[in-house]
Amino acid sequence: MVNPISFDQLTEEEKYQHFIERIEAGEKIEADDWMPADYRMTLIKLISMHGISEIMGALPEKEWVPKAPSLRRKLGIMAKVQDEMGHGQLLLRVVEDLMKPLGKSRENIIQDLLSGDLKFHNVFHMEAKTWGDAGLIGWLVDGAAIITQTNMLDASYGPYARALKRICAEEVFHAQHGEAIIMALAEGTDEQKAMIQDSINRWWEALLMFFGPGDASTTGTSKQDTTIKYKIRTKTNEELRQDFFTKYIPRVLSLGLKLPDETMHFDQESGMWQYQQPDWSKFKQIIKNNGPKSKDRLRLREISYSNNKWVIDALSAKA
Amino acid sequence: MRYALEDAMKNEAYRDAAVELLFQLADDDFILAYRGSEWLGLAPHIEEDVAFSSISQDTMGHAAMFYQLLHELGAGDPDELAHARPASDRKNAILLEKVNGPGTYLTEPHYDWAFAVVRNYFYAQAKKVKIESLKNSSYQPLAEAAVKVNMELYYHLLHWKTWFSQLVSAGGEATTRMETAMETAFGDLDGLFSLGQKGAEMVKHNLIESEDDLRKRWVQAMSPVVASLDINMPEKFGMKSGNGRDGVHSSDLQSALDTLGEVYNFDPAASW
Repeated sequence: MVNPISFDQLTEEEKYQHFIERIEAGEKIEADDWMPADYRMTLIKLISMHGISEIMGALPEKEWVPKAPSLRRKLGIMAKVQDEMGHGQLLLRVVEDLMKPLGKSRENIIQDLLSGDLKFHNVFHMEAKTWGDAGLIGWLVDGAAIITQTNMLDASYGPYARALKRICAEEVFHAQHGEAIIMALAEGTDEQKAMIQDSINRWWEALLMFFGPGDASTTGTSKQDTTIKYKIRTKTNEELRQDFFTKYIPRVLSLGLKLPDETMHFDQESGMWQYQQPDWSKFKQIIKNNGPKSKDRLRLREISYSNNKWVIDALSAKA
Repeated sequence: MRYALEDAMKNEAYRDAAVELLFQLADDDFILAYRGSEWLGLAPHIEEDVAFSSISQDTMGHAAMFYQLLHELGAGDPDELAHARPASDRKNAILLEKVNGPGTYLTEPHYDWAFAVVRNYFYAQAKKVKIESLKNSSYQPLAEAAVKVNMELYYHLLHWKTWFSQLVSAGGEATTRMETAMETAFGDLDGLFSLGQKGAEMVKHNLIESEDDLRKRWVQAMSPVVASLDINMPEKFGMKSGNGRDGVHSSDLQSALDTLGEVYNFDPAASW
């Protein structure tokens, strides 16, 4: 370790070298440590998108909270959606510390969301039409989230890695909650079985998109190289998607469900799942807030923001 | 005398009074937890969303406990009691069924945080008074449930009291909005204390104390807050919209029942 006094005297280049050596050695970077501007900006973008996605992600399931079909399910889904809001809060706290030197706050994050500058995850722009969708979100969307988040558990940025540990532990419960809903439907009446097949048909493309494009050639840009370079994540988008297939395809099939992609198969030679690519131009449109429910859900946040402005004003006047 | 389940089942008048009281308790918590769940994602800030949601879960959990006690007394399946009873069978106070504000939870929910705070605070205090009384209920399973509910209720009350005091004393728009919300709440507050037509039976069997005692204790508990915040509390509370304990309800309840039972009613015989 270099002592702090001499560290201040280093050139930017030397500081950068020192930073790279630290993350290469598996050390954690903390909020007050020196970090390259590029690293800070990458984290702000990644974690604010993650945090706001947790909050926007509460909305599709929230549609089913008041309608959950039994007391047990009502309690389960209430707890689940509350956890998602809690994750959002935890992550926004992490971003707030990263933004502080830039003179920005949570207010900026919310404003960026409402203006469309801050994107949220593609899956949360989709419709949750049925109770089957509420189950599928818990089971497969949270299942996919566990895979991407586990990939960052050892992230070089300490506060994010620690937040993810807690989040992943809770996500496991969510996936079980979702799976329990799906199992009940799979073992139920013909209509209930049809409900989950319909859900999987409608959500399949969004689930493939969940992990992002394989490389920049499909959408123009990709942050995955930067995040791997900075040891924020280890695997590529495609590796994660393949992990998801390996874990969930057998489970989907074992419930008697059909995959909506007839070309889907495991290729022994390459050791990879072969599948029909989703329409990536559609993906670009969705995350630009042109998805089926993008505007409606943003409208909910906007209403909450404007309707409660008097409350925030009252609290800040007292502070 | 303390009644166990077996004792209650042997005494029809006692059982009927206990069932009536449990329906009031269960339906109150159930509908207010439902209204709370509609707020999810819409609270003034994220921290409050998490806290309010936790309170609504506790409240829904209490409703589930009371429906379970009803089930043991032969009133029917808890999920059916919660989801399938028509509005005219529901015993909740009308104040608790009122919508959160204009719009629905899915479209243009222009919900009123002042009303949410006032309703939840007044209710938490009324529930606290009742639960204290129920800790000494002659019906043993209910007395035991009251002890469990009481532990969580402590935090609910603290939470809503904090919001209430902050917003009432903030001045300007906040104070005006809180005053308007209080006027609405006072107008139907008596519905919370009503024990309905079997009230005398409940008191006779020492299931719970009388409406007058409960109301008096509520006023007593509120008096330091009322004094310190200079609140204009009416001498008498109202029941303007009617008495929910008699099965009288507003159209707000019917639309809530349509929503909360939508999936259940898709196939009530199915396992979900």
